[in-house]
Amino acid sequence: MKISLLDYGAGNATSVERALRRLGANPERSNSPESITNAEAIILPGVGHYSALIRALDKQNLRPALLDALHRAVPFLGICLGLQALYETSAESPGLSGLHLLTGTVSSLPATVKLPHMGWNQLKLTHPSRLLEGISPDAYFYFAHSFAATHANGEVVALCTYGADFAAVIEKQNIFAVQFHPEKSGDAGARLLQNFLRLAA
Amino acid sequence: MSLAHRIIPCLDTDGSRVVKGVNFVGLRDAGDPVALAARYNAEGADELVVLDIAASRDRRPTFLETIRCVAAELSIPLTAGGGIRSLEDARAVILAGADKVTVNTAAVERPGLITELSREFGAQAVVLAIDAKRLNDHWDVTVRGGRESADRDTLGWAQQGVALGAGEILLTSVDRDGTQLGFDIPLTAAISRAVSVPVIASGGAKLPGHFAQIFSEGAADAALAASIFHDGVQSIRELKHFLAARNIEVRLPC
Repeated sequence: MKISLLDYGAGNATSVERALRRLGANPERSNSPESITNAEAIILPGVGHYSALIRALDKQNLRPALLDALHRAVPFLGICLGLQALYETSAESPGLSGLHLLTGTVSSLPATVKLPHMGWNQLKLTHPSRLLEGISPDAYFYFAHSFAATHANGEVVALCTYGADFAAVIEKQNIFAVQFHPEKSGDAGARLLQNFLRLAA
Repeated sequence: MSLAHRIIPCLDTDGSRVVKGVNFVGLRDAGDPVALAARYNAEGADELVVLDIAASRDRRPTFLETIRCVAAELSIPLTAGGGIRSLEDARAVILAGADKVTVNTAAVERPGLITELSREFGAQAVVLAIDAKRLNDHWDVTVRGGRESADRDTLGWAQQGVALGAGEILLTSVDRDGTQLGFDIPLTAAISRAVSVPVIASGGAKLPGHFAQIFSEGAADAALAASIFHDGVQSIRELKHFLAARNIEVRLPC
């Protein structure tokens, strides 16, 4: 399987690549429209500022190829910013346009809690999840973010609560996304990545 | 369900070898940071910090190689620091596999460094390390391993650091560091309650009760220790079970 790991120079691509290799996968780091077009699975990692990801997608002209691949039902996994990018826009950079694959916007978590939301937290399952199959409902995952999709809709299969409920796991046909970092989430995270690889195979 | 309190082992290295508290029971080579990292990853550590305490220019490539090898062993977050003075220093450790960097003396000398790093890598990747020492009715910020006063108040500096873009504070009590008398609770509570970002308490840990106290009374979000983990005085797994039994939320290892 040809797995394209989008490396736009601002993310956590190295950690994700390592975690996938530990599972026996052989991802290819890519930053060209051609490699996205030829991919059989696409992973979009990301950490840091929303604008860095969106700007890189447009600067490297990856957006049309990515949208085309997703419409062709190529399996996709977005991680952290890679989840946030699926929405229309983010309060972190209100002028920039997201991928518009999910309705709604990304907003700041409330200032009533310490931000960033940094560390290990649990999930609240709202729908049956293919990504979380075989993972204990008590499992912890590692989060590092201040912005989140705080409105629940049909695509959200698991929520996390920190100041507010927000989307932690999204599954919409071939589109999967997680707000936490499976590549940094120990055994539970490894199992989630393995589930994605199996779903994409 | 809520955010777990983190337990963070710290490896103080001279670039390639762990240099303090290196008598880890059951490890063939207790000074090897890679072997220790693998051990802590398996034992349920929530994060790992690796510091280059020598931080000399000519040892830098060695430290970066250590970070690469340590990162390869981990499925938990890695923070690296010691001698980070510029955007390029930080980029080098992040490219080597660190998720976050700590800045200390260089940020005191040039606070704008915090903003530069935060803009480039995001606030979640920038940890402001502060070495605080009691002075009359407040805590003085010190640099160069607690030997020199930076002539500023810890509380004010922590708040300024957050305003400049730090996403976390690593707060070490110079008074408690190495004493094994327990964390500095008044210091940690004062800082943790005054800033909007997570605070990692450091310095003085020995007993499981010290950890329980720093989370409950000290309002710490995470607690860091070095030698008690390295020399086998305290297992991370047992520590977490101790805390869970006292209703302190922790991520229990499987």
